[in-house]
This record gives sequence, structure tokens and C-alpha cells, in this order.
Amino acid sequence: MITEFFFLLFAIMAAAGAVMVVASKNPVASLMFLVLTLFAVAGLFVLLEAHFLAAVQVIVYAGAIMVLFLFVIMLLNLGHDRSDLRSMAGRVTAVVAGAALFAGLATILGRGAVTEMAGGMGAETVRAVLESRGAMGAVADPLFRSYMVPFEITSLLLLVAVVGAIVLARRKAP
Amino acid sequence: MNIDFATAALYLGGFLFAVGVAGVLVRRNAILMFMSIELMLNGVNLTLIALSRTLGFEAQVLVFFVMAVAAAEASVGLAIIIAVFRHYEVVDVDRVTLLKW
Repeated sequence: MITEFFFLLFAIMAAAGAVMVVASKNPVASLMFLVLTLFAVAGLFVLLEAHFLAAVQVIVYAGAIMVLFLFVIMLLNLGHDRSDLRSMAGRVTAVVAGAALFAGLATILGRGAVTEMAGGMGAETVRAVLESRGAMGAVADPLFRSYMVPFEITSLLLLVAVVGAIVLARRKAP
Repeated sequence: MNIDFATAALYLGGFLFAVGVAGVLVRRNAILMFMSIELMLNGVNLTLIALSRTLGFEAQVLVFFVMAVAAAEASVGLAIIIAVFRHYEVVDVDRVTLLKW
């Protein structure tokens, strides 16, 4: 009962926060709503038994990436209320496109093949792995066995991103 | 109960993705378009997590990689936005027309 309540709470927080990210006039307010959404999604991760990724979500997304966004907004002095939303026709188009996309996705989900997969037979196996290995071990096992090489390449990607960000954002030498 | 959670999370993931798409279409500020892209990535992550309960932990590994790529993408993208701002003094994507045909 209490888990259902929290699931509903986090789901409403995530959905409302997402809508406010898109609809809010002030970029800083948008960013704060995005942080709210990310925290709510982290809560949903916990309820879906992905504890490790909930922690990563809070640390990497709500922590690091959002601070990066906030720094850039303040660095470029964009914290004013001048709206950057498109004209009325553009807004209607965007809402219609979003609604059509959601309708399509909901139709696919409504047909049942994917939701059946989500409620399928593997649940007991996954639960057993979670019981025996713990939340960290269950993720670490495939990560460091089957996906060792992609994991190492990720470190290379992050190094390239760091160097690239510095090169791009640096002031040209006079 | 478990089935309900996963199904609801699938719908919510689809909703977050659709809102992100609408955000990219409706915003002109490049940073806010970026934030909408983060919303889309979160929708996909939520979908993967919902499916990982039955399909195994490989889906969670994939979410881990998505987060790493999102961090790299955000840092490089924001650096590009700063470089564009230095050049044009705006971050309005309608006014950055160098590559426009």
C-alpha cells in the first residue's frame, strides 16, 4: 500500500516536473523542475528495484550534470524571464506532435506485447539474483564480465569529452 | 503489484519522451532544448529499468552506459553552446544561421 502511494507520488512529480520544464518561462526555474523530475525518476528506480542506478541517477544527473547546466545558464546570464517559447502556431504544433507520439507509444503498449514482457517469466530469476548478489553485485556482474570492454571504452569517451569541452569553450589565445 | 509498477513505468517513460520531443520543438533557447533531450534520455532509462526486472540486469548496464554518454554529451554540448554564445552573443537557435541553406 505504501509503495503504491510512493510510486504514484513519484510518477506525478516526474510527469508534472517534465511538463513544467517545457512550459516554464525562466530557464533557472526550468532547470529546477528538471532536477525535481530527475529525483522523482530516481525514486521510481528504487521502487523498480534498481537501487544502484537510483544512486547513480542522483549523483551523476541531479548532481553533476544539473550543476553544469546551472553554471552555463549563469555564465551566459540567461536567468531572465524573457520567454523563448515559439509563437502560438509553433506551440500548437509541438503539443500536437508530442501528443501524437505519446498516443502512438501508448497504443503500442496497450497492445500488450511489451507490457507482457514487463510482467513476464523472468521476474523470479531476477529477484533471485537480486537476493543472492545484492543490488550492487547484480549490476556489477554483467558490467565487469560481459561488458568489460565497453566499460573501458566509456572511460575513453569521458576523457575525450573532457578534452573536447576544454578545447571548445576555451578563449582563443590572443 | 510488480506487473502494475513496470507497466505504469513504461507509460511514464513514454510520456517523458513525448514531453521531451515537444520541448525540443517548442523551445528556441539551445540550453533548454538540451534539457528536453535529457528528459527524453530519462524516459528511455525508465523504460529500460522497467523492463530490466524481467529481462535481466543487462538493461541496467545499458542505462549505466546511457548515463555516461549523457554526461559526455552534456559537457561537450554546453561547451559548444558557450562557443556559439561567444561568437553570436545569443543562444537562440533561430538566429544561428551559419549552416542554413
